[in-house]
Amino acid sequence: MTNSETDWPSEIFDVLRRQEIDLVCHVPDAGHARLIEMCETDNKIDAITCTSEEEGIHMLSGAWLGGRKGAMLLQSSGVGNIINALAMPNTCRIPILVIVTMRGEYGEFNPWQVPMGQGTPGCLEEMGMRLYRAETPEQVAPAVENMSRLAFDSQQMCGVLLSQKLLGAKDFRELAK
Amino acid sequence: MSNEITRRAFVKSILDDRPANLAVVAGLGSPCWDTAAAGDNPKNMYVWGAMGGAAMIGYGIAQAQKDRRVLVITGDGEMMMGMGAFSTIAWHPVPNLAILVLDNGRYGETGAQPTHTSGPADLGAIAAASGIEKVRTLSNPDETEDIKPFLFEEAGPVVAVAKIKYEKLKFVLPSSSGTFLKDRFRTEMLGIDGATLP
Repeated sequence: MTNSETDWPSEIFDVLRRQEIDLVCHVPDAGHARLIEMCETDNKIDAITCTSEEEGIHMLSGAWLGGRKGAMLLQSSGVGNIINALAMPNTCRIPILVIVTMRGEYGEFNPWQVPMGQGTPGCLEEMGMRLYRAETPEQVAPAVENMSRLAFDSQQMCGVLLSQKLLGAKDFRELAK
Repeated sequence: MSNEITRRAFVKSILDDRPANLAVVAGLGSPCWDTAAAGDNPKNMYVWGAMGGAAMIGYGIAQAQKDRRVLVITGDGEMMMGMGAFSTIAWHPVPNLAILVLDNGRYGETGAQPTHTSGPADLGAIAAASGIEKVRTLSNPDETEDIKPFLFEEAGPVVAVAKIKYEKLKFVLPSSSGTFLKDRFRTEMLGIDGATLP
């Protein structure tokens, strides 16, 4: 398989299964659409849609208190909603794994996505989250696998940023035609 | 006898002789002090921050510990901030979760400013309209008598909103160490090996 054909959403799904992550919460993003669909159709994973991203961080904190491993899928704009929710995993040393699809960077059409997209790494790092950015399809699965280990084996809050270069930018003018 | 529900006695009456497997999440502020005043328990998780999160933290525990009853005790200000949780929990319901909101219509820790439930908001109605099928709102001490079976035995998720008296009470502080509370709680849930071994 060439790089351009790397099926990174199903590779993330396989990583989640290997890492025994069976509780996946999300606020949808187009970049996560295939992975969300896979999680929702697999009966070994509970997929929970949240009204806002902080719910997911709270739920993952509780799940770990009860001994269950979960992950959250969100887009960079949603990172703004989780900042104070990270206070609990930070102060309690609860593992957190988030996979963030980036907007507002490489080729973005919508200027309203830019502030939170550009602010995402800084905000998360300020809250104590460890980050790894995947720029190419073949970087994605190893990034998720190793950040999952860092999270759950070393009790860290970890985020994988899926670059907009990897995801591609939408041009809304095409959709307006 | 007062015709208002007083929080310390009410929470103590619920937690006295609590079911052995019960896990409790106490939301920030007075619900933490009420829960601590009823007697510390290693199956209590006191949430000193992360405002708006208590219900979803309880929901996460309930998703992980399906054979265990989970009770969230929180306040109206905290619950209003996280009221989307009602919709999320109702959509993907768990039978072992109970949420008790102590609603005094005030932000008690910050100067007793009125909350939205002192205005037009009705948390019980919000929970019901979000899809929670079993909701009780109580305001009279007489109505507290059969609340324990509702919280502990009724197939969940259940939500009780207790309209309580506003009182300025002494704080009763539990541990504030997140790592201690987490490891203590997880040891109860998973045993010491499950909680601590890599």
